[in-house]
Amino acid sequence: MSKKIKSLEDLRKLRQEKEKLTSPREGDNIQVIIGMGTCGIAAGARDVMLTLLDEINRHNLKVNVTQTGCIGMCEKEPLLDVVVPGEGRITYGKVTQDVVKQIVSQHLANGQIVKQNVVGKIEE
Amino acid sequence: MELYRGHILICSGTGCISSGANSIKAAFEKQLAEKDLSGEFKLIETGCHGFCEMGPIAIVYPEGTFYCRLENEDVETIVEEHLIKGRLVKEKLYNPPHSEDKIPSYKEIDFYKKQHRIALRNCGYVNPEDIDEYIVKGGYEALGKVLSEMSPSQAIEEMKKSGLRGRGGGGFPTGLKWEFASKTESDKKYMICNADEGDPGAFMDRSILEGDPHSIIEGMVIGGYATGADEGYVYIRAEYPLAINRLKTALAQAKEYGMLGENILGTGFNFELHIKEGAGAFVCGEETALMHSIEGKRGMPRPRPPFPAVKGLWGKPSNINNVETFANVPVIFEKGADWFASLGTEKSKGTKVFALTGKINNTGLAEVPMGISVREIIYDIGGGITNDKKFKAVQIGGPSGGCLPEDLIDLPVDYDSLIEAGAMMGSGGLVVMDEETCMVDLARFFLNFTQDESCGKCTPCREGTKRMLEILERIVDGKGQDGDIELLEELGETIKTTSLCGLGQTAPNPVLSTLKYFRDEYEAHIHDGRCPAGACSALAKYVIDQEKCKKCTLCTKVCPVSAIEGKPKEVHKIDPNVCTACGVCVDTCKFDAIKKG
Repeated sequence: MSKKIKSLEDLRKLRQEKEKLTSPREGDNIQVIIGMGTCGIAAGARDVMLTLLDEINRHNLKVNVTQTGCIGMCEKEPLLDVVVPGEGRITYGKVTQDVVKQIVSQHLANGQIVKQNVVGKIEE
Repeated sequence: MELYRGHILICSGTGCISSGANSIKAAFEKQLAEKDLSGEFKLIETGCHGFCEMGPIAIVYPEGTFYCRLENEDVETIVEEHLIKGRLVKEKLYNPPHSEDKIPSYKEIDFYKKQHRIALRNCGYVNPEDIDEYIVKGGYEALGKVLSEMSPSQAIEEMKKSGLRGRGGGGFPTGLKWEFASKTESDKKYMICNADEGDPGAFMDRSILEGDPHSIIEGMVIGGYATGADEGYVYIRAEYPLAINRLKTALAQAKEYGMLGENILGTGFNFELHIKEGAGAFVCGEETALMHSIEGKRGMPRPRPPFPAVKGLWGKPSNINNVETFANVPVIFEKGADWFASLGTEKSKGTKVFALTGKINNTGLAEVPMGISVREIIYDIGGGITNDKKFKAVQIGGPSGGCLPEDLIDLPVDYDSLIEAGAMMGSGGLVVMDEETCMVDLARFFLNFTQDESCGKCTPCREGTKRMLEILERIVDGKGQDGDIELLEELGETIKTTSLCGLGQTAPNPVLSTLKYFRDEYEAHIHDGRCPAGACSALAKYVIDQEKCKKCTLCTKVCPVSAIEGKPKEVHKIDPNVCTACGVCVDTCKFDAIKKG
């Protein structure tokens, strides 16, 4: 099969399709930060993160996933923060794998905050 | 397509590879596999990041954490701490000179803060062996726009409006050059990229080809369309194997995607591109010699006119631009000529890449807006002089350039002010000298280079530089004579005005500019038999500091020629007539009491 790009339109389409190739290197994406202190890992943060990555892939989103250490609310671990550029930072607590699926489909994909798991909000 | 949680970018330019980037990459591969993270993190080899001093370098995204001076053992720590637990490995972060701070994000490092990267926009950021990454960064859109929305003459107008001048040395306006080639009627024209880069200390062209080869291809195809050429050559020296390999890969991918060959992007425009490997002779960077070399002849210049735009490769109209010039072309069409012309100074638009070398803390590649001062480049970006020594001079423009003294350190760096000061932009080599550099010896070094590399076709260059070199060697050897300085000046001026090509015409520049600004050093060598910098071994006399000498007799015992007199409890002395300046006493003295004077 030929890979030839036959017009400027096709080139632009290809550019969109391949966006994910470099998206973790771009700073203006939505950012998800997972607490990976000892408390977080013990509460299952790693499984939460793996589910998160699968879900982001499934929904084909441009999201940067990073980690942080303990922020002091150990009893609410696993903790997960969502930072939408320009909209402040939402912290979710007691994030199970099911909650992650909700966060991805509601908050990351559609901008709807999953209220029942919010433990705090930091304004920009 | 899988989304990776993070990207680990390993700088794999020639500089970092020689400091061990390949084994760092292998260590990451092993660790990621062992810890079952291969599906989460993607390893990418990039081109040069510019901060060569700090190699090997790895940048971890999305955080943009800059890890430097890596060793194999560090990799396991980074994987366990950073990748698994999200904790930065502080010991491997960048630590600026004169500070205890560790800087995690590479955007916060002084070396990068003052830079404005246009030609280097993708270097160290994209995978140079993946055309898709180039396309995601907006690559080939400029080509698409030019081919489908502009006529060749409109493209030339846009280039003229941008004010881009050749980055290879001369600084001739690129748009005007393209216009000359486009106006010559011919059934066949060529577009040539000069990647010969023979200047000692310059490596920007190599780095661009290694880090972002597609931008050169895109720039050349746009140039081909504008001038009416349907075939092109990249003339690159064979000493750059990595650049050649990456360019070959890029050519094959561009061809596969239809960015080269027939009917490019469905617009009916055809363009073929070849690589010609040169044997690495300095003169082959001169455009007429370069074309002879492509034709399979000996690389020697010929008189101009006729200029290549009229009669070039195989007698056909040809246009030659340098690598860095081509790297700017796609951006100009993507962001517009007005945007480009808003950067830099009135007569020097845009940015220039400098290769910082010599006695400077941050050696490497830096791209800065035109008009920035020499001081900002050396101190803000370059981090100052190594070991806190005193700045003495800077050589700008390679062997064709000149040396600027300390009182010109606030000179704005642009084509015209450099020429006025007796230096030149050249390719952008910038060699920093401290108080221990002898300017006569430095002039000798550069002249030795041009003398070696003279193709020998014209007498002024072949014989004239030889005579100049002989005089300089004599002076450095302590055998300078009255009248040597005047003779050097006369020879230099004659060679400048009578040589056949640009290389001969600029060969005396290092001598003439050091004579202009450091004449007293020449005089000290000739008249006083003294090298003020203490660098010329024939003239350097060692002396013992009477106050620091602890009368231990250690130096008298190691001196191989018994030049040091001294008994215990008597201050020692060196007999300058016997001393051979071997330096053994300096290395032996525990009290730092022996110095060159």
